[in-house]
Amino acid sequence: MSKRKPEENENGVETTGHSWDGIEEYNNPLPRWWLWTLYATIVWAIGYTIAYPAWPISKEGATPGLMKWSTRGDVEAEIKAVDEANAAIESKLASVELAAIAADPELKGYAINAGHAVFQTWCAQCHGSGAQGNKGFPSLLDDDWLWGGTIEDIHYTVTHGVRNEDDEDARFSEMPKFGADELLSEEEIEQVVNHVLTISGQTDQADPELAKAGAVVFEDNCSSCHGEDGKGDRDQGAPNLTDAIWLYGGDKDTIRETVNFARFGVMPTWGARLSESDIRAVATYVHQLGGGE
Amino acid sequence: MWDYIKLIVVGAVVLLAAIAANYSRDLAYTAQALIIMLAALALFIWQVRQLGDEKPKAEGYLDGVVRAGVIATVGWGVTGFLVGDWIATILAFPSLNFEWAQGYMNFGRLRPLHTSAVIFAFGGNGLIATSFYVVQRTSAARLWGGNLAWFVFWGYNLFIVLAATGYIMGATQSKEYAEPEWLTDWWLTVVWVAYLAVFMGTLYKRKEKHIYVANWFYLSFIITIAMLHIVNNLSIPVSLFGSKSVQVFSGVQDMMTQWWYGHNAVGFFLTAGFLGMMYYFVPKQAERPVFSYKLSIIHFWALIFLYIWAGPHHLHYTALPDWAGTLGMVMSIILWMPSWGGMINGLMTLSGAWDKLRTDPVIRMMVVSIGFYGMSTFEGPMMSIRAVNSLSHYTDWTIGHVHSGALGWNGMITFGALYFLVPRLWNREGLYSLKLVSYHFWLATIGIVLYASSMWVSGIMEGLMWREVDPNGFLVNSFADTVEAKWPMNVVRAIGGFLYLTGGCVMAYNLWATVAKRPAKADVTAAVPAE
Repeated sequence: MSKRKPEENENGVETTGHSWDGIEEYNNPLPRWWLWTLYATIVWAIGYTIAYPAWPISKEGATPGLMKWSTRGDVEAEIKAVDEANAAIESKLASVELAAIAADPELKGYAINAGHAVFQTWCAQCHGSGAQGNKGFPSLLDDDWLWGGTIEDIHYTVTHGVRNEDDEDARFSEMPKFGADELLSEEEIEQVVNHVLTISGQTDQADPELAKAGAVVFEDNCSSCHGEDGKGDRDQGAPNLTDAIWLYGGDKDTIRETVNFARFGVMPTWGARLSESDIRAVATYVHQLGGGE
Repeated sequence: MWDYIKLIVVGAVVLLAAIAANYSRDLAYTAQALIIMLAALALFIWQVRQLGDEKPKAEGYLDGVVRAGVIATVGWGVTGFLVGDWIATILAFPSLNFEWAQGYMNFGRLRPLHTSAVIFAFGGNGLIATSFYVVQRTSAARLWGGNLAWFVFWGYNLFIVLAATGYIMGATQSKEYAEPEWLTDWWLTVVWVAYLAVFMGTLYKRKEKHIYVANWFYLSFIITIAMLHIVNNLSIPVSLFGSKSVQVFSGVQDMMTQWWYGHNAVGFFLTAGFLGMMYYFVPKQAERPVFSYKLSIIHFWALIFLYIWAGPHHLHYTALPDWAGTLGMVMSIILWMPSWGGMINGLMTLSGAWDKLRTDPVIRMMVVSIGFYGMSTFEGPMMSIRAVNSLSHYTDWTIGHVHSGALGWNGMITFGALYFLVPRLWNREGLYSLKLVSYHFWLATIGIVLYASSMWVSGIMEGLMWREVDPNGFLVNSFADTVEAKWPMNVVRAIGGFLYLTGGCVMAYNLWATVAKRPAKADVTAAVPAE
């Protein structure tokens, strides 16, 4: 080790006398403010552990702290305060006739706010945060309803869901896989696709000859659910095929895919997860978005 | 004799890796086994060609491995910044998450590739290279263990390639910053033990009486990372011929172990290790004595003692019991001053040399680095407070915090060290261009400022939107609303990242030009350990 004569800096502080590859060290004292701030944080920390749950010293768990505070207790208290404030209107919402909600301005306003929160938490993932829908998940803003658009219909759909296996009362229907199960030949499928293009107003995409033959195929295979005129049947959740609104897409390829493999959209049952007032709230919210009947 | 044993062992590895590739149960494992086979084969051939050669006498410092480390650091750094900026751009423009890239190069695969590339490939190579340089100079001794240091270098970079292969092909154990599966973990353990041996061995045969403070920090980093790595990766392979393994811990214990690891990866990898870097390169570049020996002792031990407890502050408001959260929080608050001890020692070392800030862009880089260190080690304890954390947790604020530390502190101090090292390691007359260093400085600094400030705004906004309730107590915003509101900040973040990446490229060019275009130093004296 290379011993040198300790150097002094401007303040008269000496170096320690060590030198490593030319690096020396002054022997400055600890900055006072630094040391006192360190002590202050230690004192604060001790105080905090007395006030809050901290020391795991007994079999029952840790010391609860003088404040008797806990994260769970905190959130419970917050929820309780809100629940108490809303208790009267909540029970009213859960008990009145469904049709009466919209008639009472105060109740309706509350239900819409509550329903919006429920929707953003549980429904927006599929139906979109603006309820605009996505491929396979219907838009709730229009008046084109699969299973009905009255407040009662919407309430039932939310409560039981669609085609799920958890609720016996879930709305249920199933389109056959006309292609995959070989119920129709490729030619017939091509024909019926052209027919659907025609009745939905996309005549420029359709071959009139094929469409004409397709009308017969439609009559024999599709009309029992979608209706002879293709306007759909809400009792069976069969969509209207004559308008411009499509759940999976209305172009030729998508329609062919739908006929070949069918569709099986599922919605969960919410009756088991949400309270009656939450379901009524979200039904009211959806009902007033624009398409409610 | 020893050479033949080595040949047999390496040959056996080639054979076993070939067998493993043959019986492999998944794609990632096949790829990894083949990479190991090729690496071992290359080593085998190299070893055979060396057979019977006269071994050159080992004298002076072993600097070849440091040069290799410097090249790897620059290469991985630019790669890591590039991937990072790319995924930041994806977040702003999700259509860039291409369909053809799904399952290999989509956002979810690239994100751990980015974090591991910058932390472990860029940071890790920087730490290994600088620690090898520093420990030799401050111990006045050649690296211990002959070519073992070269094994550490190549082995560590093999680990990085294996880890990256796993991310791309989907073999991860889903633990943040500890994603690699068991095979890669085992390999890193072997390499890390060798690293510890080289470092300890060199310290043991040092010719200085005292161990310099930089080496305390490097050593604490090496030892603690070994412990963290082993405990957090305790898992049982499902098959010796497959990537998948099952964690030994589960539930809240697993979570706690993971964040004990995660926070100390920050504490010992990104803080203690880089403080080691700072304690050597700042006084060297400033040509000033370190401010206070006393402070370095006190803040070193306080830092080492406190950091290890702070992990639970990552788990406020989760299944973790409140008392454990309290422990993590109070330890984090006490950690504030010990962290700042390093900042004070770094900055005050410049007292009497402040004029160099005007003339030396390398010093400027180091000072900004220490400034960002101080800022993020204040921000960290603040964010560990429950009330603050309830706003900041899960938001972009955390991302901003991490990056002001990573880009500002780790990145800038490493750049400073690289600018110091390259002319010395390649024996050149100074850097190719100080002007380019200055450009790099401004690109990086503006990049960080854009990155951190956009993430603060975005994070606080997100936190406030998530908790916003109407007078009836109902949530106002959906998650998608916050995603939409963050868009401008995401764009600014990507621009900041682009500036930082550009700075990295400028540095890579400048360092290459230093080696390729600068004249060799006139007075060539081989580095000899001082007596």
